[in-house]
Amino acid sequence: MSEPSDPKPPAGAPEAGVPAEPGVSVEPVLDKAAAEAKVDAAVAAAGSEAAVGDVQQPAAPAADAAAPTPASTDEAKAAAKAAALEKAKAAIAAKAAAAAAGGGAAAPAAGAAAAPAAKKHEEDPNKPVWEKDPVAPDWKDASDDPVAAALKEEFGDAIESARTFAGDLTFQVKREAIAEVCASLKSRHRFTYLVDICGADYPKREPRFDVVYHAYSFEANRRVRLKVVTDEATPVPSVSGVWRAANWPEREAYDMYGMRFSDHPDMTRILLWEGFNGYPLRKDFPVEGIDTGSAIYPEYYEETAGPVAGTGTGWKPAKAPEPPAAPAAPSVPAAPTEKQPS
Amino acid sequence: MSQPFAQAFGDESLSDTLLNRSEEMELNFGPQHPSTHGVLRLKLKVDGERILDCYPIIGYLHRGTEKLFELHPFFQNVPHTDRMDYVAAATNNLAYVGAVEKLVGLVVPPRARYIRTILCELQRISSHLLWLATHAIDIGAMTPFFYCFRERELILDLFEQYCGARLTLNCMRPGGQPHDLPVGWTDKCREFIDLFPSKVDEYEGLLTENRIWKKRTVGVGVLDPETAIDYAVSGPLLRGSGIKWDLRKEMPYEAYPEVEFDVPVGKNGDTYDRYLVRMEEMRQANNIIRQCLEKLPEGPIMAKRPRVMKAAKDAEVYHAIEGPKGEIGFYIVGDGTPNPYRCHVRAPSFINLQVVPELAKGQLIADLVAIIGTTDIVLGEVDR
Repeated sequence: MSEPSDPKPPAGAPEAGVPAEPGVSVEPVLDKAAAEAKVDAAVAAAGSEAAVGDVQQPAAPAADAAAPTPASTDEAKAAAKAAALEKAKAAIAAKAAAAAAGGGAAAPAAGAAAAPAAKKHEEDPNKPVWEKDPVAPDWKDASDDPVAAALKEEFGDAIESARTFAGDLTFQVKREAIAEVCASLKSRHRFTYLVDICGADYPKREPRFDVVYHAYSFEANRRVRLKVVTDEATPVPSVSGVWRAANWPEREAYDMYGMRFSDHPDMTRILLWEGFNGYPLRKDFPVEGIDTGSAIYPEYYEETAGPVAGTGTGWKPAKAPEPPAAPAAPSVPAAPTEKQPS
Repeated sequence: MSQPFAQAFGDESLSDTLLNRSEEMELNFGPQHPSTHGVLRLKLKVDGERILDCYPIIGYLHRGTEKLFELHPFFQNVPHTDRMDYVAAATNNLAYVGAVEKLVGLVVPPRARYIRTILCELQRISSHLLWLATHAIDIGAMTPFFYCFRERELILDLFEQYCGARLTLNCMRPGGQPHDLPVGWTDKCREFIDLFPSKVDEYEGLLTENRIWKKRTVGVGVLDPETAIDYAVSGPLLRGSGIKWDLRKEMPYEAYPEVEFDVPVGKNGDTYDRYLVRMEEMRQANNIIRQCLEKLPEGPIMAKRPRVMKAAKDAEVYHAIEGPKGEIGFYIVGDGTPNPYRCHVRAPSFINLQVVPELAKGQLIADLVAIIGTTDIVLGEVDR
């Protein structure tokens, strides 16, 4: 049994089945990358030192500017000379400091670069895994997983892919088949617990929405993720007949993204009010909100009147005599966002 | 499912004449009602005192948190999680940073894992204390409210000493902890956990065998195990129905595999059992903190991590932990930028609230207050 539970897969672990024992280092990190990172750090350190030196210098010109206040020109000259001397000294000191810092920092970097392999291989086994660079998990094929194999056998092409990422088993499922796949998951594979349903928006993709299902099995103690793509026009078969828990999450997905679910007992908005204009979690919905005036309440406000989102209390009276040159529309796109390609 | 009213009050004539009228009425319960614990509105269809139908209307506290997550880098999103379940910020933080760590492959050093566990268990106690206080005051018991807030104050002081905040803690970062424990903190914490079991006894002395308390809670809002699973409820609500399932045991995270604790379960699935489960959970949390303080390792508190944390393209993870209210999970999608492309919260209160109509049907309006209390919802998390 793989462990989808594993909260943090160990860096470099090939499979999720390897327990995340913090003391056990799994694989040596990429030496080259580490060495390069070190060199980068050294260069950055030297740069910052130099920068500090530069910043300190303007103190001298400030003294310079303050010096001419005495009336006597000789005194002024002397003061200027002294200031210039000071300035030069400061500059030299800063340069020296920068050079020292750069040299000092560069030396170990050069050392690391010169003998990276030998040194690193000695260190690595004892180095705890949290002191190494994080190794991001990657997608792996999971068609040999028993659940995946069984589903593939039962539904054939409806299961488009079965992969894992960081131990999460993920199926890409055809939209028409999702309800049957879920019913089979629940009855045959005992995924009796629907964890969650949510939507996602990928406006650059052709069917732009994802519906993501997470189900859990008490017997196998694992989760699976099912993904379905859809667009605004085609409804997704609701799984609320399979798990009653699906009711609200599906409503939330509809509320936030506008994808529909067929055979849902109560396909209404849940967090926003009925009549809200737009779907807020879409990528093309403005973060600052939309016009809450005429776009939503045409019966109360005239065209482009009413409070304007993002302008504080920028309330506009209905029928404001606007000169035709000035655009009357608010800066925020107030129109419904459905048709905007992004 | 529902206990007959007459039996509950031992008066046959009363139930026949006064309350079994066939006159249906619609009643709005909330959003300003104090016992809805926020801005929950329930549209009730009642026949006399009896609830025929219940339809929750939520969203009054919707702030678009999931949209905000997409605007900020992974590091800067932690404060957003504080404001969802605002009485249990530490567990929200942990669920989020755990998901980010899973996404980018970070491994947290042991000391940080222990500190996190301590903070989360303190948070569990404080969340349960707030639940007990408000639940009891809803039902009519005033005294536990003061008692619970007295101890909750001590926990909040501990939080304040650790991270400067009392409620919105922002006390975790992807990769580890922002601060080490301050000097003297462990002693103060130990003082608290030595004191706390006697205080739980105090609450139980006030309530557990109290006749009024039992009349108001035993047999009220019975949730059978099949319905509980079908509605995907989690946390004490699920365990109260007799299902021994706790993510800390089933899918252990942080320091939980290294400590010993029991998972209390109820038998009847009623409000009283859920009360008992939560009381026992407080004691168990206390034990976990004690063990963590004993075993607290030395060492670093932050893993090696990149300055700008980027998720891989097409990366997506779901990570859930056992919060005080149930399974709180984060589904995060990365797209190669430092911001999450999509961040969905599996909020336990949202899912658990869905079962309230099921529990409320056939009950009395006065019992609805107990049912809302026992589901332990926080509207900040329901609406997000």
